[in-house]
Formats: sequence, structure tokens, C-alpha cells
Amino acid sequence: MAALPKSDELFSKINYKPPQSGWMDTPAVLRDGMFCYAAKPKSVETLNLPYPREWNPKNEDWLLPENWKEIIYEGMRDRLNRFRTFKIFMDICVRCGACADKCHFFIGTGDPKNMPVLRAELIRSVYRNDFTTFGKTLGRLAGARPLTLDVLKEWWYYLFQCTECRRCSVFCPYGIDTAEITIIGRELLNLLGLNIDWIATPVSNCYRTGNHMGIQPHAFKDMLDFFVDEIEEVTGVRVEPQFNKKGADILFITPSGDVFGDPGTYTAMGYLILHHYLKVKYGLDITWSTYASEGGNFGFFTSNETMKRLNAKMYAEAKRLGVKWILGGECGHMWRVINQYMGTMNGPADFLEEPVNPITGTKFENAKSTKMVHIIEFTADLIRHGKLDLDPSRNDHLKVTFHDSCNVARGMGMFDEPRYVIKNVCNNFYEMPRNCIKEQTFCCGSGSGLNASEDMELRLAGGLPRANAVKYVHDKHDVNMLACICAIDRAALPPLMDYWVPEVSVTGTHEMVANALIIPGEKEKTVDLRGEELPGK
Amino acid sequence: MRLNDLLEQKKAAIVKQWFNMVVNTYSLDTSQFLKNQKDPFANPVGNTISQGLEPLFNELTKQMDQNTIISFLEPILKIRAVQVMFSPSQAVSFIFSLKETIRKNLEKEICDNKVLNELMLFESKIDEMALMAFDIFMKCREKIYEIKATDERNRTFRAFERAGLVAESQEDRLCD
Repeated sequence: MAALPKSDELFSKINYKPPQSGWMDTPAVLRDGMFCYAAKPKSVETLNLPYPREWNPKNEDWLLPENWKEIIYEGMRDRLNRFRTFKIFMDICVRCGACADKCHFFIGTGDPKNMPVLRAELIRSVYRNDFTTFGKTLGRLAGARPLTLDVLKEWWYYLFQCTECRRCSVFCPYGIDTAEITIIGRELLNLLGLNIDWIATPVSNCYRTGNHMGIQPHAFKDMLDFFVDEIEEVTGVRVEPQFNKKGADILFITPSGDVFGDPGTYTAMGYLILHHYLKVKYGLDITWSTYASEGGNFGFFTSNETMKRLNAKMYAEAKRLGVKWILGGECGHMWRVINQYMGTMNGPADFLEEPVNPITGTKFENAKSTKMVHIIEFTADLIRHGKLDLDPSRNDHLKVTFHDSCNVARGMGMFDEPRYVIKNVCNNFYEMPRNCIKEQTFCCGSGSGLNASEDMELRLAGGLPRANAVKYVHDKHDVNMLACICAIDRAALPPLMDYWVPEVSVTGTHEMVANALIIPGEKEKTVDLRGEELPGK
Repeated sequence: MRLNDLLEQKKAAIVKQWFNMVVNTYSLDTSQFLKNQKDPFANPVGNTISQGLEPLFNELTKQMDQNTIISFLEPILKIRAVQVMFSPSQAVSFIFSLKETIRKNLEKEICDNKVLNELMLFESKIDEMALMAFDIFMKCREKIYEIKATDERNRTFRAFERAGLVAESQEDRLCD
């Protein structure tokens, strides 16, 4: 019989102490649950992006092109010249640490390389080494290190552990937008074909069919027709959505997640009910498009050029249909793309009119260049002018809190409109603590293309600060519904709640609007859009 | 003096040292943050640990009410179950750190052989708590795998299914 190892031999190998080495000397270990699958070559090919191939992050060999270092150096050089922000953000950080503990991934995972300053330092160290005299001369003393294969892998691992939520930038005294460093970092990785599939395939789908899900026009219409039947069953009213109607007043575009995934589907029904109400009461002429059937833009997580290509499709469709302006659904990063980049990327959209709400006369000055209005702003305006008949008591079974989506809150500064709408459609609203909402909102943990299933541990850890605040209002006020205005939130928050606060469900805000809306000709409603009994019915 | 009296007397010091040992299972930069940031919303990990350890310690000196122990152990283990830099043994190891802390704090009494028998019994309770921690940890991991599987399914499949765009599922057929 082979000699068994002695117990003290076994125990001596167990080490509960974390590494004591500095970050440069602590190599990244790729752990399951913390990263997504590699991009499928077919998806990379569709977009004509470089180096499509089958590769696996778990393998030692990532099948990189031989001159990969030169490609990265050249990519950095090009971007340092083209993007002033990138150059400034590489130079001006004084490592004060103000951002260090503000990242939900650092707070949740406890991994110091998720401190925004350190995540940026992964790239900065290479920048110093190869692009600054200081770094070239003093090397490691100046915080410089050469680009190696381990460094590249570390970039990949941690740049896809950032949701580009920008919470860190709120606290940076220099205004460094660490999200933009991640954006550029991911662009550099894309030069070597190192995207993740949860981003690459939706982008490829969107490029081919107009939406991330790759749904063709007839299936898109089928789903909306199905919602029409569901709505009729609940309300007794048959709504009639219009598709690809030339000369309509407004083109409505929302993330395809609302059309194809629960609980977003109920939000989509909410849009349909609101559109119907406005048509019957005020003659508003809104059309959907089966071609521009995606508001979201995962191109944003790939490269500047890819984002531009996908964004252009929405405007091409608006031009083709000859609408006056575009109304956009509840989405997060779609609005960051519109609000922050569209004006100079594909805009100004001069062929469209400056958006004016034809029912209230309100001019949406903030959409002067992009001609695209967020539906929460539009609905808030309608409520403010008394244009909607609402019965908030229909939502009395809900005790609601609101999750500010990072891109709408920090990216657009839209804090009050969703709260105004929610308070008008339900009677029980409770805020989470101040340092978890509005400009300080905590990310859902799954933004920027990270809402896959294989990285669930990353998502659950990153979503901990958000869930912790939800748990607080659940324990204190018995909150049972988490409202949001973002399709990724609607996909990401249900599993997050399931793990941390299972008593809380997730809803889009327009689902609540539609449940409270008194539709002309409706039957006496006994259930809400989810088929759940209404209070007192 | 009996062990429980001694533990009660030195409770503050023992729990504090235990807390430090738990947060020291994280990297240096992280443990500093976990110790120093007192806002429970800015530091849910540190807060959950600090809120949980004292009640757990109290239970060890009492009757070990299972529900109370779970209510304080679970939040800590839920966190450690998603922090994949911890292996399963590392995730539950913090329970055993209490033994080390107590031994340090009662060094003199142990050497005098005054409380040894009681201490051995007490340490068995710590072992029992560690086993409970392992059960909770496993439950959390199983929950994570369940979430992974259902997330994929719920995301698109149900919507398609409701719209009649997919054929009857294998699972439904098996249920019939």
C-alpha cells in the first residue's frame, strides 16, 4: 500500500494568506465565473474586424499574430494622437486613491486590481514604459513595465471586469473618466481579435438584422403581435402598433431585450399601451421599425467605429421613413451613445426636426442635435401637463424602489424624471440611501456587455453594493419591487435579486405606467400585465 | 473562573482580532479598506463581517441556536461564495481563525490548565459551526449554478415559448 501523506504535510500546503507581493509581481489568475467566452470567429468576420479565430482564454496559447506587440504599440500611438482624453487620462493621474474604493467590482470582489486607479494603471504602466521619456529612463521606479503576454492577459481579464459605469469618475478630482480608458483598452484588444462573445455576436447580429438578438423582421413583428393579444386579454383593448410606416410623426426604437426577454416584455407591452392611448386620445402617430429594431449598441463596447456603424442604422431608418424625430425606449448605454457621442459621431441629425411634444408643446432642448428623446422624459412631460389618466392605486400591491441606471443617471444627468413618473403611477415609493442613487448610483454589475451567464460570479459580486442597498429598503420598508429604466438592468437585476434579495422583483417603469393607465374602452381589470391579481379585485 | 466568564471578559478584544483575521484573508489594500470604511453601503463586505462575528461568538458561548447562527453566517458566506479567489476551504476558514484568537487571548489560563477541558468542548462547537458554514457555502454555490442555468433559459426561451415560436420543450414533455 502506498504511503499516505501525513496530515501536517497536507496542511502545510494550505495557505490562507493572500499574496504579499506588489501588483506588478502578482500575475493575474483567470478564474472561472469571472470572464466570458471568447468571440466566435464568424461574428468577428461579419464585422470585418481583425484576427477572427477559435481561441480559448483558458488555454496558454491565445493564437495571437506574431507581431501582436507592434499592433498594440501602433494602436496606442494612433489613439494617443486621435483621442485627447486618452492622452490626458494616461498622464494626469496622481494616484490619490479617491476612486479606489468606489468601484462596485472592487467592493464586491475584493480584488485590488479592480480599483479603478489600478485597472487604469495596467495600461498606464505600458504607456509610461514605451511612450514617455520618464518611464523609458527610470523604468519600474517611474511605474513603468514592459508589455508581455502576461500583461496582455491581465488587460483582457480586468478590462472585462469593468462595466464602464463611471462611478469612479464622479469622485476623481481630475475628472478622469476611467470608463474611457476601459473603452480604449478594449479597442486595443479588439485589434488582436480578443473580444468576448457576449459582445461580438450581438454586434454582428445587429449589423446583419438590426438587433442584438439576430431576430428577423417577421419574427420581431410576431412577438409584438403576441403582446397585442396578451394586452387584449388583460385590458379588453386591442392596440394596433404600426410598423415601418412612412411619414409617421415619430419613430420608436427600444432595446430588443424588451421585445424578447422577461421582464422587459412587460415593459414593451407598456410602450404599446401608452402609444395606443396617445393615438386614441391625441392622434399621435408613432411607428416601430422592424429594421432599426435595436436601441442598444454593443458596438460601444467594441470600438468607436463599430459603435458608429450600429448607431447610423437608426438614423438611416428615421431618414427613410421621413419621421420628425425619434422616441427611444428605456435603455442605459443606448442613451450614453446618443447623449455623449451621437452629436459629433453621426450627427447632427439635421434631416430630422427638433423634437417637440405635439401634445404638450414642450421642446426637448437637450435633444436639439440628436433629435432623440428618452421615453421617461416624454412620459414625465405628459403627466406634468395632465395628459394621462392614471390610477396609481392599481399598483398598490407594489412597494417600489428605483435603481438609477448608470448611463442615464451619470451619462445624461436624468435623475428626477423617472422618480416623477414612478410617484405618479404608484403610491408606495422608497429611496435607497443617498450614496447609492442618482450620480452615485451603483451599477447592476452586468453593464458593458458583461451580462452573460458564464461570468455569473463576477456579476453577483459586482452587483453586491446595489443589492445591499435594495436589501436595506426591503428590510426597512418591505420593498418588493425594483424599478429601472434600462433593458440590461431588466435582464441583469432578476438573477442579482434572486441571489441577494429574493423577495424583490424587477420591473421596467413603463410596465407600471401601463398598469396605472386608464385606457379608453378598457374592461374592468382584475390582473396586471403579468397576470397577477390587482389589489382589491 | 469558568471559560465563558473569561470569554465574556475578553469578548471585545477577541471579536476584534477575529475580525482582523477574517479581513486579512483579503489582499493588503482590500483589507485596509474593509477595516476602515465604516459606511455600510460603501463597504457591504466589511460591514457584513463586522455585524456577523459578535453574534456568532455569542452563540458559541450559549446554546448554539441553529437559526440564529445561520442568519449571521449566511450573509458572510454568500459573499465569499461569489468571491472566487477563495477556494471552498479558504471561504470557510475564517471560522477556525477564532480558535487561534481565543488561544492567544487565553494563553496564560490554558498553560495553567484551568480551562483546557472547557476549551476543548468550546472548540468542538467551533468545529460544528464550521460544518454549518460549509453547508451554507455549498448551498450558495448550488444557487449560483441554478441561477446560471435559469438565467439562460429565462432570458429568451420563455418569451419565445409564450409566443409559440418554439416547439414543445423536452422538459415539458417529460412533465406531462
